[in-house]
Amino acid sequence: MKKTIEGSEAMAETVQNCNPDVVACFPITPSTHIAEDLDHIYSNGGIRDFIPVESELSAISALIGASATGGRSFSTTSSQGLALMHEALFNAAGMRLSPVMVVANRALSAPLNIWNDHQDSVSERDSGWLQLFCETNQEACDAIPQAFKIAESIAIPVMVCVDGFYLTHAVEQVDVPDKELIAKYLPKFSPKVKLDSQNPITMGAYAFPSDYQDFRKDLFDDLNNSKADIMRAHDEWAKLTGRKYGNGLFEGYRLEDAEFVFLGMGSVMGNAKEAVDRMRAKGEKVGALKLRSFRPFPGEELAKAIAGKKVAVFEKAISLGGDAPIYTELTTAALEFHPNVVISSFIGGLGGKDVTVEVVVQVLQKIKGQEPLKEWV
Amino acid sequence: MKEIRFHGRGGQGAVTAAELLAVSVGYSGKFSQAFPFFGVERRGAPVMSFCRIDEKPIRIHQQVYEPDVIVVLDSTLDPNMMGKGLKADGIAVINTKLPAAQTGISASKIYTVDATGIALRNLGRPIINTAMLGALGKATGLVGLEDIIKAVRERFPQMLADKNARAVEECYNEVKS
Repeated sequence: MKKTIEGSEAMAETVQNCNPDVVACFPITPSTHIAEDLDHIYSNGGIRDFIPVESELSAISALIGASATGGRSFSTTSSQGLALMHEALFNAAGMRLSPVMVVANRALSAPLNIWNDHQDSVSERDSGWLQLFCETNQEACDAIPQAFKIAESIAIPVMVCVDGFYLTHAVEQVDVPDKELIAKYLPKFSPKVKLDSQNPITMGAYAFPSDYQDFRKDLFDDLNNSKADIMRAHDEWAKLTGRKYGNGLFEGYRLEDAEFVFLGMGSVMGNAKEAVDRMRAKGEKVGALKLRSFRPFPGEELAKAIAGKKVAVFEKAISLGGDAPIYTELTTAALEFHPNVVISSFIGGLGGKDVTVEVVVQVLQKIKGQEPLKEWV
Repeated sequence: MKEIRFHGRGGQGAVTAAELLAVSVGYSGKFSQAFPFFGVERRGAPVMSFCRIDEKPIRIHQQVYEPDVIVVLDSTLDPNMMGKGLKADGIAVINTKLPAAQTGISASKIYTVDATGIALRNLGRPIINTAMLGALGKATGLVGLEDIIKAVRERFPQMLADKNARAVEECYNEVKS
């Protein structure tokens, strides 16, 4: 049933309805309300275990321990909090564990800034976690059960990425998935191997030069192959709820006959859809492409979707000393699979700089020339 | 779509006001979205919050730059800042004892109410965010008195809810243009 609810509260209720064994959080803006709401739910007996840890590194460490013993585990964080988890993120993925985390995306210091961009999770792209970006709070609540399903079936952890403030603090209508619905969708977590005192094993062991690379290649291949698992989890959820987001990897909006395309991630894509409708009303052949799965990066599928078009890749993250992350990967994929595209790079929205419908319109106007652009907006 | 911008100071509850408005509007089956803009997080600093109301789902997530309505919780804030971008046929709903002409705010229609006085009478404290929703409802017709009171009752424990509900109703009845 739809209700008018703050995004953070809707996400916390969804996590509760996924029946987690262990939730471990340390508060940091703008993820704090999710952690507070989960703590509140725990106090009322709604969650088995909530650990109010002393830092984000402890939070991720608790998740690793819980997941290794076969527990469904969850945390939420933002910005510096995610950065503090950095080394343990690699452990969670390398040990093939299944925690799920909502990252309320926020800029990184310095300068200190509490507002939204994507630098925090994009900077963890090589950690081995899947990253699903959400446009709305409904999409976030739909992504959480999917994230548990994917993480637990392929033993790779998942981040659900939501824009800080724009989503976490927005009060809007959300159909929060209830316990019964999620029970139909999400099977009990039963990992192939787990820590068990009756049947002891070693996890996260030492790997010599003769073996280490093989472990890394296994994870590398499984991450690339996880595209099929993401799509399946998305399709099964869509069948139950009627809510779908493109093919689960990305979602095109008035894309098919579009000549000019705005590609981006997160809540800005609602503004992009509005901009596309306004420009279409004037007869302009524009479209939008929302990237949902940043990790794994669906390069081949995206290249096919944008073949023959001019594309503005809009990113709320940068790579200092290099080109913007999505632009770089999309350009590589296009070269390999469909070289007949013109791809421009736009960087904007850093540290909460508002990316309005008008900004999207301006970006789409700019890419009408022959030459690809690299600009900050 | 109607866009409402609330202006207040940190601690006055501008964020809660926008949220309660969104919740009240939600009861009628319309779509709504409330969203705060935090600056420096301290008492007394200027704070803005936004609410959108529409007949169809709201898909944009951005600040409100050209509001249909501004709600002024604290009339000592800079009137130029508060009036910025207000539509030509825009409405201002202001918490003040002063007559509209002396508020320094220019709008096609100005409604005033002494919400501070009403809050002091009912709550014993100058917390005017809920009360001002009553004034907004009467001035704009965007939300019904009953739905505001329902949202207030959902949000607060009964004693506090009763007092707030009375303040909402008094503001609804006393606001004038």
